Amino acid sequence: MIPAAFDYIRADSAEAALAALTDHGDDAKLLAGGHSLIPLLKLRLAAPGVIIDVGGLDDGLRGISVDGGQVRIGALTRHSELEHSDVLRESCPLLAHTASLVGDPAVRHRGTIGGSLAHADPASDLPAAVLALGGTLVARRKGGEREIAAADFFTGFLESALGPDEMLTEIRVPVSTGGWAHEKFNRRAQDWAIVGVAVAEGGRGVALVNMGSTPVRAAAVEQAIADGASPADAAASAADGTSPPTDNNGDGPYRQHLARVLTRRALEQATS
Amino acid sequence: MTDTMARPEGGIGARLPRKEDAELVTGEARFIDDIHAPGELWMGMVRSTMAHARITSIDTEAAASVPGVHSVLTGAQLADMGLWVAPLPCAWPVTDDMLNPPHWPVTPDVAHHVGDIVAVVLADSRYNAADAADMVVVDYEPLGVVASLEQAREDQIHAHEDLGTNKAYTWALDPDPEGTQAAFDAAAHTVSAHFVQQRLIPAPMEPRGVLAVPAPHGGELTLYSATQVPHVLRVMVAATTGLPEQTIRIIAPSVGGGFGAKLNINPDEMLAVGLANHLGLPVRWTESRSEAAASTHQGRGQLQHIELAADENGKLTAVRVKIDADMGAYMMLITPGTPLLGSFLYHGVYDTPHFGFTCDGWFTNLTPTDAYRGAGRPEASYAIERAMDLLALEVGIGPDEIRRRNYLAGGEAFENLESAAGLVFDSGHYGPSLDKAMEIVGYDDLRAEQARRRDAGETKQLGIGLCTYVEICGLAPSRALGGLKYGAGGWEHATVRILPTGKIEVVSGSTPHGQGHETTWSQIIATKMGVDPADVTVLHSDTALSPLGMDTYGSRSLAVGGVAIAMAADKVIDKARHLAAHQFEASPDDVQFENGSFSVAGTPAKSVHIQELGFAAFTAHDLPDGMEPNLSEQVTFDPTNFAFPFGTHVAVVEVDEETGQVDLIRYVAVDDCGTQVNPQIVEGQVHGGVVQGAAQALFEHAIYDENGQLTNPSLLDYLVPSAAEVPTIETDFTVTPSTSNPLGVKGVGEAGTIGSAAAVMNAVCDALSPRGIHDLEMPATPWRVRRAIEQAGGGS
Repeated sequence: MIPAAFDYIRADSAEAALAALTDHGDDAKLLAGGHSLIPLLKLRLAAPGVIIDVGGLDDGLRGISVDGGQVRIGALTRHSELEHSDVLRESCPLLAHTASLVGDPAVRHRGTIGGSLAHADPASDLPAAVLALGGTLVARRKGGEREIAAADFFTGFLESALGPDEMLTEIRVPVSTGGWAHEKFNRRAQDWAIVGVAVAEGGRGVALVNMGSTPVRAAAVEQAIADGASPADAAASAADGTSPPTDNNGDGPYRQHLARVLTRRALEQATS
Repeated sequence: MTDTMARPEGGIGARLPRKEDAELVTGEARFIDDIHAPGELWMGMVRSTMAHARITSIDTEAAASVPGVHSVLTGAQLADMGLWVAPLPCAWPVTDDMLNPPHWPVTPDVAHHVGDIVAVVLADSRYNAADAADMVVVDYEPLGVVASLEQAREDQIHAHEDLGTNKAYTWALDPDPEGTQAAFDAAAHTVSAHFVQQRLIPAPMEPRGVLAVPAPHGGELTLYSATQVPHVLRVMVAATTGLPEQTIRIIAPSVGGGFGAKLNINPDEMLAVGLANHLGLPVRWTESRSEAAASTHQGRGQLQHIELAADENGKLTAVRVKIDADMGAYMMLITPGTPLLGSFLYHGVYDTPHFGFTCDGWFTNLTPTDAYRGAGRPEASYAIERAMDLLALEVGIGPDEIRRRNYLAGGEAFENLESAAGLVFDSGHYGPSLDKAMEIVGYDDLRAEQARRRDAGETKQLGIGLCTYVEICGLAPSRALGGLKYGAGGWEHATVRILPTGKIEVVSGSTPHGQGHETTWSQIIATKMGVDPADVTVLHSDTALSPLGMDTYGSRSLAVGGVAIAMAADKVIDKARHLAAHQFEASPDDVQFENGSFSVAGTPAKSVHIQELGFAAFTAHDLPDGMEPNLSEQVTFDPTNFAFPFGTHVAVVEVDEETGQVDLIRYVAVDDCGTQVNPQIVEGQVHGGVVQGAAQALFEHAIYDENGQLTNPSLLDYLVPSAAEVPTIETDFTVTPSTSNPLGVKGVGEAGTIGSAAAVMNAVCDALSPRGIHDLEMPATPWRVRRAIEQAGGGS
């Protein structure tokens, strides 16, 4: 409950944050809403030497806009802003709804979409939704910027394709108003999902929460839907190839069972 | 009802807003962490990471070099410093031959559970103390771990090597085993059921904390502690440290809940006192959530075997119970007695000619257990109420009918009725309680809806669960406690005084930690003395202000402490009557007292309000001969009997058979706690209690692995439910006054917990009954429910 000592840098611009990242590299962690990082610090599961606080920045890193067929979301946009954004509800209702499933209102008022994605927790809700939507993540480092497909972004448990000197600045998803659903199965309102499933565009994008070390696309389900299978038939393959964790909430076979049930329910909603 | 007598606003029966709330909601209330003393040192505990291990070496060098560290002390060093004259106390040696291995604040040689303190760091800040504690290197020689009650019972590996056994005691209340056996032999129906009471973490909103402030030149010491029991703590600090009792002052500041977790005498308290006294410096500590999970005592922890015998109509002829109770690694204040608090209630609200109860207490290498909301009684209520549902299935009648056929006194009103376990129940009237609960919930309609869903094969099935509970509170007649070898009395002390300006001060021996004593006591005074409750201030929770008390636990505050206050008020009124008579030049027998005013019968013009008499009693210029100045009276009330609240709860659950998810969708609680002083506070207690019991049924479980490691020590993993997980609790009441005290009050703090775990699990099992599933271990997690369905042949 008491974090180890660290140096604290409050960045006054995105450039300053990137400069500090370049200086401190692996020893530094970015702090945005803090709702993933601070618990790790307090449990001493993470002990970075330097915390670079970007939580107070605007600097073009906050807000939601639609640009052609793309929805562009600043990385520092808070979950509560996604949840209540009319623009997002119209252009990509799945993402607005998914944001409303994160934690509780206090968490949603602090946590940011960029923080959630960069943390790369396979049990978080937003990574799977962005994956199902086929999103793109924009990473900036001192003197440069690159785009990473969501499918390539999540590389391992709490690991992403972001380099030590890179900061996630923007999330882009296609405008998506086809049938959608997000089924989240958990014990208490504020908990992570035991299993979750996000469905976009009537089942053309399906991604699972907490079914492996990263959020995973249910490719077999997507294929079955594309081939005209019913939700029930498509969902039967939802757990194919997954290796979900075992913990106090369930073992692998139970999670796989849940994945099939939840996928069927989500597909039924998305196609009704 | 027409009531022509004008009553003071806010007296007994009024929904008076709580006096305590303004300072709580504005943050003005001062909790232990808000109180600081100049020069204070923070303790950082180095806790065993092993469940059972011999300490071979402790390297403190690196820790001692952390900036701000004052000292690092190992258990062996502390033992040599002579800070304590006795180990931590167990006040309830339930049998003469009970085993009670010494429990030192810091273990000098062997750690007996994960979290056992092996060394302590003193530093100038909480952060430095935590950093340094992390840097103490302890080498352990692992010993065999007793990681469960089942393993303890095998008695192959021993939790304390030198004891040679894990069995701490055997306690029996079994007056006629042959008669009981004969009843089973002759029974038309029998039930034999095994239930598990999983370990629970109390998790009050405010964790525990201490601050010991010595006055080295004044020769005294003040211990601030987030405790339910400042008076007990004072005695135990003296007994454990050898400090003269009169030099110790205990202050419990605002305390954010306890649920039993704060009624113990803890290692940190004795460390803080011992070190502060030794160093002449203030010493403090606040536990983290993870520390609370590993070291503050846990609740429940039992394996239960209950057997029922009944005739062909389902009428009980015998109840026989065998309990194995998990003590954990050490006997804390009332660890061994906690399961026995339920012993008298394993026949519940039912009439049975034969009753037998036996409990074995076992040591494990797990965190010690002790009282947790209900303490022994929720366990008893669970066993009998689950078993009655099984009996109903066996006999082939409904769960309501099996209860009606067996209620004490046939469900009719009774007073002072002897139970099968040998207690005298003060009063009860169980039939109307069930009637009312079934009516409110709409029982018949729910059964129809249940049948519809079953016929339709719907995914979400409905379950309805009943529980009629009785509990023992008003702890307790001191003689009865003595008979149980409990190491203290059950009285409570109160002082009531009218100040010179007419305002009223009440000194309460009973100490609140969230219950609202200040409000409730003011209401009792308002009714008794005919005054505005705003004119009453309640002093409590500081042994210098309130030197005599037995504190707050076991739903005892109102039924003992509140009654003491009413009795002290009567003594003040009586003295004031004599003073008024003196002023009226009348006989005290002719002076009547109504709505706070004394007057002479037949001469209404002559009248004086009791508050006006405060000044005359203070100046003492004109008192009757022999009358002492001031209106201040005290009473120590020792009840003659316990009080036995009761009620019927109905839980309605929806079980998603595909996922195993159980949703509690309705909860009706009809409780009877006798006379109610503040119905709003009563409802609040029921709400919280119901949720805590439902949490045992559906959410909470301290899960240990085979190495004795707690796998869910944080609130991320230990699932305390929030408001989002429970429905609106529908409360109603019957009122059957107690015969145990003049206010007719019973107690309600634990009632919700005692009724709800059984009601919820009865509902879960009812939902799954068509699948042949009639029992399920708590908590009924989705995973567990789903496995049961699959094992019963339910496909995907």
